[in-house]
Amino acid sequence: MYVAVKGGEAAIGNAHALLAEDRRGDTAVPELSVDQIREQFSLAVDRVMTEGSVYDPELAALALKQARGDQVEAIFLLRAYRTTLPRLAVSLPIDTAKMQVSRRISSCFKDLPGGQLLGPTFDYTHRLLDFTLLAGGAPPRTEARGELAPDLPQVVDLLNAEGLIEPEIPDADDAPVGDLTREPLMFPAGREVRLQNLARADEGYLLALGYSTQRGYAKSHPFVGEIRSGDVAVEVEIPELGFAVDIADITVTECQMINQFTGSKSEKPKFTRGYGLAFGYAERKAMAMSLVDRSLRAQELGEDITAPSQDAEFVLYHADNVEASGFVQHLKLPHHVDFQSELTLVRTMRAEIEAASAPVAEFEEAAQ
Amino acid sequence: MTPKPTPGQTGASPAAASLAADQAARQRRLSLLARAERETLEAAWNRLEPKPAFRRLKQPETGLVMVRARAGGNGQRFNMGEMTVTRCVLALDEGGEMGVGYVAGRDRRRAELAALFDALAQQPRHAAMVEAELLAPTQESAAAARQARAAKVAATKVDFFTLVRGED
Repeated sequence: MYVAVKGGEAAIGNAHALLAEDRRGDTAVPELSVDQIREQFSLAVDRVMTEGSVYDPELAALALKQARGDQVEAIFLLRAYRTTLPRLAVSLPIDTAKMQVSRRISSCFKDLPGGQLLGPTFDYTHRLLDFTLLAGGAPPRTEARGELAPDLPQVVDLLNAEGLIEPEIPDADDAPVGDLTREPLMFPAGREVRLQNLARADEGYLLALGYSTQRGYAKSHPFVGEIRSGDVAVEVEIPELGFAVDIADITVTECQMINQFTGSKSEKPKFTRGYGLAFGYAERKAMAMSLVDRSLRAQELGEDITAPSQDAEFVLYHADNVEASGFVQHLKLPHHVDFQSELTLVRTMRAEIEAASAPVAEFEEAAQ
Repeated sequence: MTPKPTPGQTGASPAAASLAADQAARQRRLSLLARAERETLEAAWNRLEPKPAFRRLKQPETGLVMVRARAGGNGQRFNMGEMTVTRCVLALDEGGEMGVGYVAGRDRRRAELAALFDALAQQPRHAAMVEAELLAPTQESAAAARQARAAKVAATKVDFFTLVRGED
């Protein structure tokens, strides 16, 4: 148990000044601007926005600067900031089928309408350190040729046309949509609450859980139906006008995972689905999320729950890195009183055991 | 960026059709003003003489919009995460036209300027200026940026060849 303590103001003030000095580093080296972080560490910014659950590249870059690049600390800063803002509106659902794509691939089909578009990917790089960046080299010239197909159909919808994959069923427009920023997590958690939890979840945690499903802890035999990254319009109903307006474009990454089929006497076998969605370019996160989303559908799909990734309480209660970091890190706060009582208890127990065992030792000696 | 299809546009009465056209024009205007650069808006405002008087019905305010998405892209709705949005609602003293500004991010001045030009665009003597100085250039630059990006992405289009397997 943590007991409030007083004092230490001067030490805390000095510690924070030292933190600020260390954050700045060697003053002979130019200071990073928030713009530089936003533009050149954009994937770090995207992760902070996704897990901080606020899309604002400038704020996320500022949080990263303040946190000395520590992602979880930056995510915490963004989450804390959001609590100071009112909720103005809820958007209409974004339409990822109408995305202005920067990347769009499928591992299921070689030829798909609109084609495989690699976009700005780390895939197929050799993962060799590029020493030209150390020397401040200019990036290579990009090619620009051709046009994108006006319409890029979702690959899963192509399968859907044949009835080979379970369809996603839209909910009724007036159905309530759970919101973890308003209500605590309750079980059983609906798919919408699980997806919100996973969208905010720690990437490393989801990656490990997703990986565990591939290694046999909940078999799901996944294929990447489609990954797409790019810009989507956000439409908001304007209360003063009574209709919706497209007010901004945001960058998102979506993963449609196609999984092992199921069938029964009444239903023909078909593929099942898992879904991942994140702010910015966050492919690893979206893929891991889609694996875990599918895994958490075990009960709904009549599968045995045998693995951690299928256990909704386990997965969802431990997914948030702000909560997890807070609870783990609170251990370093003063627990003096708590520890003193434990210390007394251990000493008492040891004394009792020693007192009880002393006559036995004498008896044993006497017997020899 | 393209105006959204408006329900009830076909087969409706002339009055309803005109209302739908007004709504589509407002949707286009607000979505373009929301994307106009702060400097562009400010420059257009600085060129405007005399400056119209206005009163704020809603002070410029930064808040959050919860971004909704759908499972699988088209299934059950869920709350994906929030985004910062700044809004402002005002009315012109002369004429009383109401202007609305909703812009992504935390720039209160940008939201106010967007609302001002939304209101001014409803006055016949300013409509052409708003279109020529703000709406058309923003639409053109957005389309150009979109096309330039698409061309770079199109250059990364691949054809994967399936190799003939040994046993065939």
